[in-house]
Amino acid sequence: MRALHIRLQHLFPLGELTEQRPDLGFVTVPAAYLRPTLLHLRDREGYTHLVLLTAVDWLEEDLFQLTYLLSNRSTGCDIGLRVKFPRQAAHMESIHDLWPTAATYQRELREMFGIDFPGSPRLHEEFILEGWNDIPPYRRDFDTLKYARANYNDRPGRETHDPEQHMKQQLYPDGA
Amino acid sequence: MEQELKPELQIRKVKGPDGVEFEVEPLRDYYCEALPTVQHGAYIQIVEDFFNWARSHSLWILGFGTGCGAIEMRPLMTPRFDAYRYGIQWRPTPRQANLLVISGYLSVKTLKRAIRAYEQMQSPKYVVGLGSCTINGGMYWDSYNTIKRLDDYMPVDLYIVGCMPRPEALLAGFEDLKKLIRAGKAEGANQYAEKFDWYKSNQKRVIHDWDMPDYSW
Repeated sequence: MRALHIRLQHLFPLGELTEQRPDLGFVTVPAAYLRPTLLHLRDREGYTHLVLLTAVDWLEEDLFQLTYLLSNRSTGCDIGLRVKFPRQAAHMESIHDLWPTAATYQRELREMFGIDFPGSPRLHEEFILEGWNDIPPYRRDFDTLKYARANYNDRPGRETHDPEQHMKQQLYPDGA
Repeated sequence: MEQELKPELQIRKVKGPDGVEFEVEPLRDYYCEALPTVQHGAYIQIVEDFFNWARSHSLWILGFGTGCGAIEMRPLMTPRFDAYRYGIQWRPTPRQANLLVISGYLSVKTLKRAIRAYEQMQSPKYVVGLGSCTINGGMYWDSYNTIKRLDDYMPVDLYIVGCMPRPEALLAGFEDLKKLIRAGKAEGANQYAEKFDWYKSNQKRVIHDWDMPDYSW
Protein backbone atom coordinates (compact mmCIF):
# COMPACT_ATOMS: atom_id res chain seq x y z
CA MET A 1 0.00 0.00 0.00
CA ARG A 2 2.84 2.41 0.89
CA ALA A 3 4.71 1.53 -2.27
CA LEU A 4 1.60 2.17 -4.32
CA HIS A 5 1.11 5.51 -2.57
CA ILE A 6 4.67 6.56 -3.34
CA ARG A 7 4.27 5.53 -6.99
CA LEU A 8 1.01 7.51 -7.22
CA GLN A 9 2.51 10.57 -5.53
CA HIS A 10 5.04 10.86 -8.35
CA LEU A 11 2.14 11.22 -10.79
CA PHE A 12 -0.64 13.03 -8.94
CA PRO A 13 -0.80 15.60 -6.10
CA LEU A 14 -2.23 13.20 -3.52
CA GLY A 15 -2.73 13.75 0.19
CA GLU A 16 -1.39 11.64 3.03
CA LEU A 17 -2.10 7.91 3.10
CA THR A 18 -4.38 6.72 5.90
CA GLU A 19 -3.58 3.06 6.31
CA GLN A 20 -6.42 1.30 8.12
CA ARG A 21 -5.14 -2.21 7.50
CA PRO A 22 -2.15 -3.49 5.54
CA ASP A 23 -4.57 -4.15 2.68
CA LEU A 24 -6.82 -1.07 3.05
CA GLY A 25 -5.81 2.57 2.68
CA PHE A 26 -7.41 5.93 1.94
CA VAL A 27 -5.97 8.95 0.13
CA THR A 28 -7.39 12.36 -0.67
CA VAL A 29 -7.40 13.44 -4.30
CA PRO A 30 -8.10 16.93 -5.72
CA ALA A 31 -11.33 16.82 -7.74
CA ALA A 32 -9.51 17.68 -10.98
CA TYR A 33 -7.20 14.66 -10.64
CA LEU A 34 -9.90 12.12 -9.76
CA ARG A 35 -10.45 10.70 -13.22
CA PRO A 36 -6.76 10.27 -14.17
CA THR A 37 -6.08 8.67 -10.78
CA LEU A 38 -9.00 6.26 -11.17
CA LEU A 39 -7.92 5.42 -14.72
CA HIS A 40 -4.35 4.85 -13.64
CA LEU A 41 -5.42 2.61 -10.78
CA ARG A 42 -7.79 0.65 -12.99
CA ASP A 43 -5.55 0.17 -16.04
CA ARG A 44 -2.00 0.18 -14.62
CA GLU A 45 -2.32 -0.99 -11.01
CA GLY A 46 -5.00 -3.67 -11.38
CA TYR A 47 -7.66 -1.98 -9.24
CA THR A 48 -10.37 -3.12 -11.61
CA HIS A 49 -13.32 -3.40 -9.24
CA LEU A 50 -15.34 -0.41 -8.03
CA VAL A 51 -16.53 -1.68 -4.65
CA LEU A 52 -18.61 1.33 -3.69
CA LEU A 53 -19.14 5.02 -4.19
CA THR A 54 -20.52 6.84 -1.21
CA ALA A 55 -20.81 10.36 0.18
CA VAL A 56 -20.23 12.09 3.52
CA ASP A 57 -21.81 15.43 4.36
CA TRP A 58 -19.30 17.67 6.18
CA LEU A 59 -21.89 20.28 7.08
CA GLU A 60 -19.65 22.31 9.41
CA GLU A 61 -16.94 22.61 6.76
CA ASP A 62 -19.54 23.17 4.02
CA LEU A 63 -18.11 20.26 2.04
CA PHE A 64 -19.27 17.01 0.51
CA GLN A 65 -16.87 14.10 0.42
CA LEU A 66 -17.13 11.27 -2.07
CA THR A 67 -15.29 8.01 -1.41
CA TYR A 68 -14.44 5.79 -4.35
CA LEU A 69 -13.40 2.40 -3.01
CA LEU A 70 -11.46 0.27 -5.48
CA SER A 71 -10.33 -3.30 -5.12
CA ASN A 72 -7.47 -5.22 -6.67
CA ARG A 73 -8.83 -8.72 -7.00
CA SER A 74 -5.46 -10.43 -7.50
CA THR A 75 -3.68 -8.91 -4.47
CA GLY A 76 -6.80 -8.48 -2.32
CA CYS A 77 -5.90 -4.84 -1.61
CA ASP A 78 -8.46 -2.02 -1.38
CA ILE A 79 -7.81 1.67 -1.85
CA GLY A 80 -10.26 4.46 -1.19
CA LEU A 81 -10.03 7.78 -2.98
CA ARG A 82 -11.57 10.71 -1.14
CA VAL A 83 -12.65 13.83 -3.00
CA LYS A 84 -13.95 16.93 -1.25
CA PHE A 85 -15.92 19.67 -2.99
CA PRO A 86 -18.25 22.49 -1.91
CA ARG A 87 -21.84 21.77 -0.92
CA GLN A 88 -23.25 24.70 -2.87
CA ALA A 89 -24.41 23.55 -6.33
CA ALA A 90 -22.68 20.25 -5.57
CA HIS A 91 -21.57 18.45 -8.69
CA MET A 92 -18.91 15.92 -9.57
CA GLU A 93 -17.57 14.39 -12.74
CA SER A 94 -19.46 11.25 -13.70
CA ILE A 95 -17.42 8.03 -13.96
CA HIS A 96 -20.15 5.86 -15.49
CA ASP A 97 -17.94 5.33 -18.54
CA LEU A 98 -15.18 3.82 -16.38
CA TRP A 99 -17.48 1.53 -14.41
CA PRO A 100 -21.08 1.18 -15.63
CA THR A 101 -22.20 0.33 -12.08
CA ALA A 102 -21.20 3.84 -11.01
CA ALA A 103 -24.30 5.16 -12.78
CA THR A 104 -26.51 3.46 -10.17
CA TYR A 105 -24.47 4.87 -7.28
CA GLN A 106 -24.63 8.30 -8.86
CA ARG A 107 -28.41 8.10 -9.23
CA GLU A 108 -28.67 7.30 -5.54
CA LEU A 109 -26.30 10.12 -4.55
CA ARG A 110 -28.23 12.58 -6.72
CA GLU A 111 -31.46 11.61 -4.97
CA MET A 112 -30.28 11.25 -1.38
CA PHE A 113 -27.60 14.01 -1.26
CA GLY A 114 -28.51 16.17 -4.24
CA ILE A 115 -25.07 15.81 -5.85
CA ASP A 116 -25.23 16.31 -9.61
CA PHE A 117 -23.24 14.09 -11.98
CA PRO A 118 -23.67 15.67 -15.43
CA GLY A 119 -23.98 13.10 -18.20
CA SER A 120 -24.71 10.11 -16.02
CA PRO A 121 -27.47 7.96 -17.51
CA ARG A 122 -31.01 8.09 -15.99
CA LEU A 123 -29.66 10.43 -13.32
CA HIS A 124 -32.89 12.33 -12.73
CA GLU A 125 -35.21 9.33 -12.57
CA GLU A 126 -36.54 8.42 -9.16
CA PHE A 127 -34.35 5.80 -7.54
CA ILE A 128 -35.65 4.95 -4.07
CA LEU A 129 -37.98 7.76 -3.09
CA GLU A 130 -41.27 8.37 -4.84
CA GLY A 131 -42.72 11.84 -5.06
CA TRP A 132 -40.15 13.39 -2.72
CA ASN A 133 -40.86 17.09 -2.19
CA ASP A 134 -38.22 18.28 0.28
CA ILE A 135 -34.44 18.74 0.32
CA PRO A 136 -32.53 15.46 -0.20
CA PRO A 137 -33.03 13.46 3.00
CA TYR A 138 -29.42 12.34 3.59
CA ARG A 139 -28.18 15.91 3.81
CA ARG A 140 -27.42 16.66 7.41
CA ASP A 141 -29.37 19.92 7.42
CA PHE A 142 -32.51 17.88 6.66
CA ASP A 143 -34.41 17.49 9.93
CA THR A 144 -35.88 13.99 9.72
CA LEU A 145 -37.70 14.23 13.07
CA LYS A 146 -39.37 17.49 12.08
CA TYR A 147 -40.38 16.01 8.74
CA ALA A 148 -41.81 12.89 10.40
CA ARG A 149 -43.78 14.99 12.89
CA ALA A 150 -45.19 17.17 10.12
CA ASN A 151 -46.20 14.30 7.84
CA TYR A 152 -47.03 11.21 9.91
CA ASN A 153 -49.44 11.21 12.82
CA ASP A 154 -48.23 10.16 16.25
CA ARG A 155 -50.18 7.76 18.40
CA PRO A 156 -50.61 9.33 21.83
CA GLY A 157 -49.24 7.43 24.81
CA ARG A 158 -45.81 6.56 23.54
CA GLU A 159 -43.23 6.63 26.34
CA THR A 160 -39.48 6.76 26.11
CA HIS A 161 -37.15 5.55 28.86
CA ASP A 162 -33.45 5.95 29.34
CA PRO A 163 -32.38 2.29 29.16
CA GLU A 164 -29.86 2.51 32.01
CA GLN A 165 -32.23 4.23 34.44
CA HIS A 166 -35.14 2.04 33.42
CA MET A 167 -33.29 -1.24 33.97
CA LYS A 168 -31.90 0.07 37.28
CA GLN A 169 -35.45 0.80 38.40
CA GLN A 170 -36.63 -2.61 37.19
CA LEU A 171 -33.85 -4.64 38.79
CA TYR A 172 -33.27 -2.65 41.98
CA PRO A 173 -36.54 -0.88 42.81
CA ASP A 174 -35.43 0.06 46.35
CA GLY A 175 -32.22 1.64 45.04
CA ALA A 176 -29.83 -0.97 46.51
CA MET B 1 -51.90 19.29 -7.70
CA GLU B 2 -53.13 16.71 -10.20
CA GLN B 3 -50.50 14.04 -10.81
CA GLU B 4 -50.07 12.83 -14.34
CA LEU B 5 -51.11 9.21 -14.70
CA LYS B 6 -48.63 6.45 -15.40
CA PRO B 7 -48.15 5.64 -19.11
CA GLU B 8 -50.06 2.38 -18.76
CA LEU B 9 -53.06 4.26 -17.34
CA GLN B 10 -53.28 6.89 -20.07
CA ILE B 11 -55.76 6.67 -22.94
CA ARG B 12 -54.10 5.02 -25.92
CA LYS B 13 -54.75 3.31 -29.24
CA VAL B 14 -54.27 -0.46 -29.31
CA LYS B 15 -54.23 -2.75 -32.34
CA GLY B 16 -55.99 -6.01 -31.73
CA PRO B 17 -54.88 -9.41 -33.10
CA ASP B 18 -57.48 -9.09 -35.87
CA GLY B 19 -55.92 -5.83 -37.09
CA VAL B 20 -58.68 -3.57 -35.79
CA GLU B 21 -57.51 -0.48 -33.96
CA PHE B 22 -59.47 0.61 -30.93
CA GLU B 23 -59.07 3.07 -28.10
CA VAL B 24 -58.37 1.89 -24.57
CA GLU B 25 -59.14 4.03 -21.55
CA PRO B 26 -57.56 1.97 -18.78
CA LEU B 27 -59.23 3.78 -15.89
CA ARG B 28 -62.66 2.99 -17.30
CA ASP B 29 -61.95 -0.28 -19.08
CA TYR B 30 -59.64 -2.04 -16.64
CA TYR B 31 -60.88 -0.65 -13.32
CA CYS B 32 -64.31 -0.42 -11.82
CA GLU B 33 -65.32 3.16 -11.15
CA ALA B 34 -67.73 2.17 -8.39
CA LEU B 35 -66.46 2.94 -4.89
CA PRO B 36 -66.69 0.34 -2.14
CA THR B 37 -70.05 -0.05 -0.46
CA VAL B 38 -71.06 -1.30 2.98
CA GLN B 39 -71.97 -4.98 2.89
CA HIS B 40 -74.89 -5.64 5.19
CA GLY B 41 -75.15 -8.78 7.25
CA ALA B 42 -77.53 -11.64 6.58
CA TYR B 43 -81.26 -11.13 7.11
CA ILE B 44 -81.25 -12.94 10.42
CA GLN B 45 -78.61 -12.88 13.13
CA ILE B 46 -78.22 -16.65 13.47
CA VAL B 47 -77.36 -16.94 9.79
CA GLU B 48 -74.83 -14.11 10.09
CA ASP B 49 -73.31 -15.87 13.08
CA PHE B 50 -73.02 -19.02 11.02
CA PHE B 51 -71.34 -17.07 8.22
CA ASN B 52 -68.94 -15.50 10.70
CA TRP B 53 -68.12 -18.92 12.16
CA ALA B 54 -67.35 -20.16 8.67
CA ARG B 55 -65.29 -17.05 7.86
CA SER B 56 -63.23 -17.45 11.00
CA HIS B 57 -62.18 -20.89 9.82
CA SER B 58 -60.84 -19.82 6.48
CA LEU B 59 -58.20 -17.15 6.94
CA TRP B 60 -56.26 -16.86 3.71
CA ILE B 61 -53.28 -14.62 4.14
CA LEU B 62 -51.87 -12.57 1.30
CA GLY B 63 -48.19 -13.50 0.98
CA PHE B 64 -47.01 -9.90 1.04
CA GLY B 65 -44.17 -9.09 3.42
CA THR B 66 -43.59 -5.44 4.10
CA GLY B 67 -40.90 -5.12 6.77
CA CYS B 68 -38.58 -7.33 8.77
CA GLY B 69 -41.64 -9.03 10.32
CA ALA B 70 -42.18 -10.98 7.13
CA ILE B 71 -39.39 -13.26 8.31
CA GLU B 72 -41.65 -14.44 11.16
CA MET B 73 -44.20 -15.75 8.68
CA ARG B 74 -41.84 -18.33 7.16
CA PRO B 75 -41.61 -20.54 10.26
CA LEU B 76 -45.41 -20.40 10.47
CA MET B 77 -45.68 -22.07 7.09
CA THR B 78 -43.31 -24.89 7.96
CA PRO B 79 -43.81 -27.93 10.24
CA ARG B 80 -42.27 -26.32 13.31
CA PHE B 81 -45.24 -23.98 13.94
CA ASP B 82 -47.54 -25.11 11.11
CA ALA B 83 -50.29 -22.50 10.96
CA TYR B 84 -52.18 -24.61 8.43
CA ARG B 85 -53.56 -26.77 11.25
CA TYR B 86 -55.51 -23.69 12.39
CA GLY B 87 -57.11 -23.26 9.00
CA ILE B 88 -54.72 -20.51 7.93
CA GLN B 89 -52.95 -20.51 4.61
CA TRP B 90 -51.01 -18.17 2.37
CA ARG B 91 -52.06 -17.17 -1.11
CA PRO B 92 -49.96 -15.55 -3.83
CA THR B 93 -52.54 -13.00 -5.01
CA PRO B 94 -54.87 -10.52 -3.28
CA ARG B 95 -57.81 -11.90 -5.26
CA GLN B 96 -57.59 -15.17 -3.33
CA ALA B 97 -56.83 -13.75 0.12
CA ASN B 98 -58.94 -12.21 2.85
CA LEU B 99 -56.31 -11.38 5.46
CA LEU B 100 -53.59 -8.80 4.91
CA VAL B 101 -50.79 -8.99 7.45
CA ILE B 102 -48.77 -5.77 7.51
CA SER B 103 -45.61 -7.34 8.84
CA GLY B 104 -43.62 -4.46 10.26
CA TYR B 105 -42.63 -0.98 9.18
CA LEU B 106 -44.34 0.42 6.15
CA SER B 107 -42.50 2.92 4.01
CA VAL B 108 -44.58 5.34 2.01
CA LYS B 109 -43.51 3.55 -1.14
CA THR B 110 -44.71 0.20 0.20
CA LEU B 111 -47.89 1.77 1.60
CA LYS B 112 -48.92 2.58 -1.94
CA ARG B 113 -48.62 -1.09 -2.91
CA ALA B 114 -50.25 -2.27 0.31
CA ILE B 115 -53.29 -0.06 -0.36
CA ARG B 116 -53.63 -1.45 -3.87
CA ALA B 117 -53.32 -5.00 -2.55
CA TYR B 118 -55.89 -4.33 0.18
CA GLU B 119 -58.39 -2.83 -2.23
CA GLN B 120 -58.05 -5.78 -4.58
CA MET B 121 -58.94 -8.28 -1.87
CA GLN B 122 -62.50 -9.48 -1.64
CA SER B 123 -64.79 -8.59 1.24
CA PRO B 124 -65.03 -9.59 4.01
CA LYS B 125 -61.36 -8.87 4.53
CA TYR B 126 -59.22 -8.30 7.56
CA VAL B 127 -56.01 -6.45 8.35
CA VAL B 128 -53.57 -7.42 11.09
CA GLY B 129 -50.80 -5.02 12.05
CA LEU B 130 -47.73 -6.85 13.23
CA GLY B 131 -45.07 -5.37 15.48
CA SER B 132 -44.67 -1.99 17.13
CA CYS B 133 -43.84 -0.25 13.84
CA THR B 134 -47.43 -0.51 12.66
CA ILE B 135 -48.74 0.71 16.02
CA ASN B 136 -46.72 3.86 16.71
CA GLY B 137 -43.75 3.77 14.37
CA GLY B 138 -41.59 1.66 16.67
CA MET B 139 -37.91 2.30 16.14
CA TYR B 140 -38.75 4.22 12.97
CA TRP B 141 -40.66 6.91 14.88
CA ASP B 142 -38.40 9.67 13.51
CA SER B 143 -37.93 8.29 10.02
CA TYR B 144 -38.64 10.47 7.02
CA ASN B 145 -40.27 7.76 4.94
CA THR B 146 -42.18 5.35 7.19
CA ILE B 147 -45.70 5.88 8.44
CA LYS B 148 -46.32 5.68 12.18
CA ARG B 149 -49.98 4.72 12.52
CA LEU B 150 -51.29 2.06 10.20
CA ASP B 151 -54.95 2.71 11.14
CA ASP B 152 -54.75 6.15 9.53
CA TYR B 153 -54.48 4.49 6.14
CA MET B 154 -56.40 1.22 6.33
CA PRO B 155 -58.80 -0.28 8.86
CA VAL B 156 -56.89 -2.53 11.25
CA ASP B 157 -58.79 -5.29 13.05
CA LEU B 158 -56.01 -6.43 15.31
CA TYR B 159 -52.51 -5.46 16.34
CA ILE B 160 -49.93 -7.96 17.51
CA VAL B 161 -47.35 -6.23 19.70
CA GLY B 162 -43.65 -7.01 19.82
CA CYS B 163 -40.49 -6.15 18.00
CA MET B 164 -40.70 -8.66 16.42
CA PRO B 165 -43.53 -10.85 17.72
CA ARG B 166 -42.54 -14.50 17.67
CA PRO B 167 -44.50 -17.05 15.62
CA GLU B 168 -46.28 -18.15 18.82
CA ALA B 169 -47.53 -14.57 19.27
CA LEU B 170 -48.78 -14.58 15.72
CA LEU B 171 -50.66 -17.82 16.28
CA ALA B 172 -52.24 -16.36 19.42
CA GLY B 173 -53.09 -13.25 17.43
CA PHE B 174 -54.76 -15.25 14.69
CA GLU B 175 -56.83 -17.06 17.34
CA ASP B 176 -57.86 -13.66 18.73
CA LEU B 177 -58.78 -12.52 15.25
CA LYS B 178 -61.00 -15.59 14.89
CA LYS B 179 -62.77 -14.65 18.09
CA LEU B 180 -63.32 -11.13 16.76
CA ILE B 181 -64.69 -12.48 13.50
CA ARG B 182 -67.03 -14.90 15.31
CA ALA B 183 -68.24 -12.01 17.50
CA GLY B 184 -68.95 -10.00 14.35
CA LYS B 185 -66.48 -7.28 15.35
CA ALA B 186 -64.07 -7.56 12.43
CA GLU B 187 -65.86 -5.09 10.18
CA GLY B 188 -62.79 -3.44 8.65
CA ALA B 189 -63.99 -3.63 5.06
CA ASN B 190 -67.25 -1.86 5.97
CA GLN B 191 -65.36 0.74 7.97
CA TYR B 192 -63.20 1.39 4.93
CA ALA B 193 -66.28 1.87 2.77
CA GLU B 194 -67.96 4.15 5.32
CA LYS B 195 -64.95 6.40 5.94
CA PHE B 196 -63.56 6.04 2.43
CA ASP B 197 -62.98 9.78 1.94
CA TRP B 198 -61.14 10.06 5.24
CA TYR B 199 -58.85 7.13 4.41
CA LYS B 200 -58.23 8.46 0.90
CA SER B 201 -57.33 11.94 2.13
CA ASN B 202 -54.92 10.45 4.66
CA GLN B 203 -53.36 8.24 2.00
CA LYS B 204 -52.98 11.09 -0.46
CA ARG B 205 -51.42 13.31 2.19
CA VAL B 206 -48.34 11.06 2.40
CA ILE B 207 -48.29 9.55 -1.10
CA HIS B 208 -47.27 12.58 -3.09
CA ASP B 209 -47.13 10.90 -6.49
CA TRP B 210 -50.65 9.51 -6.56
CA ASP B 211 -50.80 8.15 -10.10
CA MET B 212 -53.41 5.42 -9.78
CA PRO B 213 -57.18 5.20 -9.63
CA ASP B 214 -58.84 6.16 -6.36
CA TYR B 215 -60.12 2.67 -5.85
CA SER B 216 -58.41 -0.22 -7.60
CA TRP B 217 -60.23 -3.52 -7.70
